[in-house]
Amino acid sequence: MTASNDSPSTAAAARPAGAPEPSFSHPHLLGIEGLTEWEITYLLNLADRYVELNRQGDKKHSLLRGRTQVNLFFETSTRTSTSFELAGKRLGADVINMAVSRSSISKGETLIDTAMTLNAMHPDVLVVRHPHSGAAELLSQKIGCAVINAGDGRHEHPTQALLDALTIRRRKGRIGGLTVAICGDILHSRVARSNILLLNAMGARVRVVAPPTLLPTAMERMGVEVFHDMRQGLKDCDIVMMLRLQQERMHGSFLPSTKEFFRYYGLDYDKLEVAKEDALIMHPGPMNRGVEIDTEVADDINRSAIREQVEMGVAVRMAVLEALTQRNGGPSQ
Amino acid sequence: MSTTTAYLNARLVDPASGRDETGGLIVRDGRIAEIGPNVTANGAEVVDCGGHVLAPGLIDMHAFVGEPGMEHKETLASLGEAAAAGGITSVIVMPNTDPVLDEVALIQHLERRAENTSSVNIHPMAAITKGLKGETMTEMALLREAGAVAFTDGRKAVANPLVMSRVMRYASAFDLLLVQHPEDPILASDGCMTEGELAMRLGIPEIPVEAETILIERDLRLAAAANCRYHVSQISCAQAVEVVRAAKKWNSRISCGIAAHHFALNEQAVGQYRTFAKTSPPLRSEADRQAMVAAIADGTIDVIVSGHDPQDEESKRLPFEQAAFGTIGLETLLPLALELHHKGEVPLLKVLAALTVRPAQLLGLEAGRLEADRPADLVLFDLDRPDRIEKQKFRSKSKNSAFDGRPVQGRVLRTVVGGNVIFGGEDVE
Repeated sequence: MTASNDSPSTAAAARPAGAPEPSFSHPHLLGIEGLTEWEITYLLNLADRYVELNRQGDKKHSLLRGRTQVNLFFETSTRTSTSFELAGKRLGADVINMAVSRSSISKGETLIDTAMTLNAMHPDVLVVRHPHSGAAELLSQKIGCAVINAGDGRHEHPTQALLDALTIRRRKGRIGGLTVAICGDILHSRVARSNILLLNAMGARVRVVAPPTLLPTAMERMGVEVFHDMRQGLKDCDIVMMLRLQQERMHGSFLPSTKEFFRYYGLDYDKLEVAKEDALIMHPGPMNRGVEIDTEVADDINRSAIREQVEMGVAVRMAVLEALTQRNGGPSQ
Repeated sequence: MSTTTAYLNARLVDPASGRDETGGLIVRDGRIAEIGPNVTANGAEVVDCGGHVLAPGLIDMHAFVGEPGMEHKETLASLGEAAAAGGITSVIVMPNTDPVLDEVALIQHLERRAENTSSVNIHPMAAITKGLKGETMTEMALLREAGAVAFTDGRKAVANPLVMSRVMRYASAFDLLLVQHPEDPILASDGCMTEGELAMRLGIPEIPVEAETILIERDLRLAAAANCRYHVSQISCAQAVEVVRAAKKWNSRISCGIAAHHFALNEQAVGQYRTFAKTSPPLRSEADRQAMVAAIADGTIDVIVSGHDPQDEESKRLPFEQAAFGTIGLETLLPLALELHHKGEVPLLKVLAALTVRPAQLLGLEAGRLEADRPADLVLFDLDRPDRIEKQKFRSKSKNSAFDGRPVQGRVLRTVVGGNVIFGGEDVE
């Protein structure tokens, strides 16, 4: 059920040959919630082509030439901000990174004030990461350009879910019908929320595996099967998606120790045995080796897609940048 | 020099006596002189009430004010204007000011300021603990003498059970009313909306209903042991109401309030991070909301309050977790309460009792009844007139209402305090 249409585009010479016509009608990418199966497929198709282009020698395109992309990060991040920066630069945009320290957010007015300041600079795309849920949504209401949510609190991280989906689709050839187990700190994870929404939209069977203290109480309402026993949760699954234990967000007693957590919920070969033989291992990074994932498993080139996820990240972000800017009147060439 | 006004052709509704009949009411020297179906003007100035409801002025038992310390949010003067427009003649203000109302001199100062600047009666509640820190009790008996009508730590619960137990035992000697904010701060933690599917989807830290229920359960046991008067300021969830309902069967010294937003809205009002719908306790599920309506109908909930909590734009235009709690409510209290009547859920007399005589009884106020010799604190309102809540019409300094745009029925035509018209008056059809 894809809306893609494989006729070559005339609008943008730099867009990969054979790319589908722009058919992404949202002004922003604030979350996976609200996206349809065909819109997700459209973004993945677009990203697929960028994967191929990024593997070639000349990676630079001119689709976003003359456009300004601002990366506004209220939380420290290396891989996501680098990935967005690279994506923007490969499309020819002028990319500006703004890191806002935690101390200045606590003064309160920063978010709206920053939006006003940015508005005056006329950016075309704003990539925002913020420690509080809903911050990207709030910014999108106050700013006159496309906003991409690069992670807001424990709410959503849509480009992570898209890059995970792309990784799965390229390895498995499909998403629908697969059984995916998302394991670990679901409660504090925006990656888990976005992935659950996306995988459900694409027709996968989603399981979550975690101790009850790391699960929202209404978990089942998101259309997932809940497991507290990792062996049961991993049984016969196609994809094992590990999450980072977010100890910096844990105030109070969620777990007795990382040692006990690793014993019962950390991914090692022993627990992996019950999954399908060709089960793919994923992790959004950065990993806590020996906490949620055993080092050997993480580095197993035959089973781990962790490095591939990083590669897909750049392609997916290029696709999202294209989809959002094409919508606003096409590229300036 | 005596002034006399005759309110004639009114639908007299007095929850205290159960009176609901057409008649008149004579006001002389700021007090009610006469009331009944056959009252005549006898030369007094006549106000034709056009058959509209004339009831005791509302008594709002729970409002926050910004004076002293946060005058940009609400002054006693602006609070008075907003109250008057809402048909409220007595407002009980919370001690969460800066400085906190925890000393006799501060209570006296607030009362003087209120008398000089505000048109409605303002009565303060004093803090239970010094600085609202939950540690040392205030000079409660002296504060009562100075005019404090009850004691509360406002938007903070007294969390320490040992402190609460001692406060209760001490308060029982002076028959003081203790008012508790029903939320255990440890269980609520950094939560900002009720636990459930919506909070999970929005990724907002949750507050479980148990944070409310457990604190009330604890307090009810302590209150029974201390034999003190105990009041839950704003109840919001079904299981807490169950606990109060059961306890009321054997303890007549406990009572319970509800803010209008907890029976008029549910968690869905938060929608996509609407910070005006961020309240404490949080808006709950639809099942909880329905349980609130039932509890008002069966009398488990004694009083309806505005929970008026003015917050400036800067405190609300933030990501949900960083935004301040609270919604204003003085100007919307009556029409929202009347929804209960219009929907056929609670009879009019019962709705108005929760806004007049019940709070008056709990607080020991003279007002709240249509009865000879009582203060002439009155509200005249059109019970049925369709209206719409509109932000730009608010008199309150802060505009953070969770109800902007809501269609309602019922409008205040005139508000009278001590015989003086403080709102409306010119064009009572």
